[in-house]
Amino acid sequence: MEPIVTRGLTKRYGELAAVADLDLNVRAGEVYGFLGPNGAGKTTTLRMLLGLIRPTAGEIRLYGRPPGELRDVGALIEGPAFYPYLSGRDNLRVMARHARVSDRRVDVVLDMVDLTGRSHDRYANYSLGMKQRLGVAAALLKDPRLLILDEPTNGLDPAGMADMRAMVRQLGADGRTVLISSHLLGEVEQICDRVGVLAHGCLVSEGTVSDLRGTADLRVVATPLDKAAAYARDLLGADAVSLADGGLRLTVAPERAAEINASLVSAGLRVSEVRMVERDLEQAFFELTGGESRVG
Amino acid sequence: MWGDFSAEMIKLLKRPANWLLLAVALLLALLFTYVIPYAGYKGGTGGPTAGRGLADVLPANLVGNSIGGLPVFLGAIMVILGVLSVGGEYGWNTWKTVLAQRPSRLSVYAGKIAVLMVAALTVVLAMFVTGLAASLVIASVENQSLALPSAKDLVVGVGAGWLLAGMWTSFGVLLAVLLRGVALALGLGLVWLLAVQNLLALLAAPLLDWIAQAQKGLPGPNAGSLAAALGSGSDTPGVDALVGGGQAAIVLTAYLLGFLIVGAVELRRRDIL
Repeated sequence: MEPIVTRGLTKRYGELAAVADLDLNVRAGEVYGFLGPNGAGKTTTLRMLLGLIRPTAGEIRLYGRPPGELRDVGALIEGPAFYPYLSGRDNLRVMARHARVSDRRVDVVLDMVDLTGRSHDRYANYSLGMKQRLGVAAALLKDPRLLILDEPTNGLDPAGMADMRAMVRQLGADGRTVLISSHLLGEVEQICDRVGVLAHGCLVSEGTVSDLRGTADLRVVATPLDKAAAYARDLLGADAVSLADGGLRLTVAPERAAEINASLVSAGLRVSEVRMVERDLEQAFFELTGGESRVG
Repeated sequence: MWGDFSAEMIKLLKRPANWLLLAVALLLALLFTYVIPYAGYKGGTGGPTAGRGLADVLPANLVGNSIGGLPVFLGAIMVILGVLSVGGEYGWNTWKTVLAQRPSRLSVYAGKIAVLMVAALTVVLAMFVTGLAASLVIASVENQSLALPSAKDLVVGVGAGWLLAGMWTSFGVLLAVLLRGVALALGLGLVWLLAVQNLLALLAAPLLDWIAQAQKGLPGPNAGSLAAALGSGSDTPGVDALVGGGQAAIVLTAYLLGFLIVGAVELRRRDIL
C-alpha cells in the first residue's frame, strides 16, 4: 500500500488555483523531495494531506485510507509551533496526550533528537535549531511509518542543517517513508530518492534526481571554433550544438566522446578539450518551473 | 476525549496568565465586595458603596456577594480566559501541531471546553471560599451572626455562578474561533461587555422602548437578572432585575450552548491556515 496517493487534488481560493489537479505517488520506504518556488502550492498540498485544509476537488489516500486519524503519520508543517510558556518536555507531553501515546515515548523522541539535556527549558528560550528538533520529535511521537517534513532546515545555521539532514537520512534508513519539502536543491539532491517539482500548483516533473537533471552533455574546445561548430552541426544536427564559455556544448550521449573527438581531428580541427558536463540541478529546476529564481 | 482533556489541563495549569487572571479576579472581588464596603461602613467616607451597611458583607449574603461580579467585571475575566485558551492556538500556530497528532477537531475542542468549564467552576468556588473567609472575619470582628445561607441556596448559587462564568467563557471561545486570534477577539469582547452593554442599558434603553425590550434577550442583562434574583446588590454594576431568575437561567443556558455549538461548527468547517 503506497503511503501517499493523490488524484486530481485541487485547492482553489476564488479564481486562484493554489493546487491544480495534482497526482502524487510517494512509495513506501523512500525519501521523497517536494520542490517548488514560493507560492507553488507545496505547503497547501501538505496541509491537505493532513486534513488541515479541505481540498476543493480530488482525493487523498494515506496507506489506502482517506486522511483521518493519521495513525501512521507524523508531520512538521511550516516550522515548529509550540506553547512558549511550557518546557520542551511539557510541550511533548501535551502532544503525546493528543496523540494517545504514553509519556514514556516522550523520553524516547527527546533522545532521538538529542534534546534530553535541555528538555526542561522553556520552549521560548530554545534556539531555532532546538525548536526544529523539537518539531521533529513531536512528529515522531506516534512512531509513524510516514513522516511529512515541511522545510525542516529553514533558518538553521550550516551545522544545524547538516544535523537535520543526517537525521532525515537516518529516519529514511530506518525504513520510514519521508516526504520532505526543502528550499535547498543541494539538500534534496543529498537525501532524496525521488523528487517532485511543483510550479503554479501543478506537478511539472517527478523522478529521481538523475531523471530531473536529464542526460549529461559534452563540452568540446577546438580551434578554429566556428569551423568546429559548423562541422559538429553537420555531424549531430543543429539542435544538438550550442556555443558556451568559449567552446561547444553538445547534447549527445557522453559515450560518443571518443567518436566525436576522432571525427573533429580527422576534419583537421585541433581539439584541446573533450569532457562530460552534468546538467546543474538548479538549472533543471529553473527550466521546469519557468525560470522562477526563488525556490521555497 | 480523555487524552485531549488531559492535554488541555496541562496547558491551562501551566500557563502563568491563567493564574494571574484568577488572582486578579479574587483580588477585585475581595476589594469591591468586602474591603471597600466595610471600609466605607467603618470610616463613613460617603462613597457610593458606603451606605450598603454592615449587613451586606456578612456571611448570610455570601451567595449574592460571590456571584455579583459575574455580570460585568468577573465576566470580563472569564471572556479573557476563553479568548486566551482558544485564540492562543491561532496566535502560536499550534492548531497544526495539535491536529497533526490526531486531527479530530471536535475532540480537541470538546477537551478544551471541558477544561474551561472546570476552570469556570473553580473560579466560582474560589469566589465563594474567599467571600466566606472575608465575611466570617468581618462578622467575627463585628460580633455579628456567622449564619450561612442554606445548603440549597449555596448549591443554587454555585450553579448559577458556574452558568454565568461558563457563558462568558464560551463567549470568549466563540470570539477567538470567529476572529482566529487573541487581540481582536479580546478587544471586541471587552468592548461589548464593558462599554456596549452599559451604553445600551444607560443611554439607549431609556430612550427607545424596543431596545429596552431587546435588552431582555441579551446575555449581559440576563446575567445581571440572575445575579439579582440570587441576592446580589442592585448597586453592583450590571446587576438589575430586568427579568425573573428562571427566565434568565434559561436564556443564559441557551447562550452558553449557542456559543459553544457555533464555535464548534466554525472550527470544524474552516481551514487551519
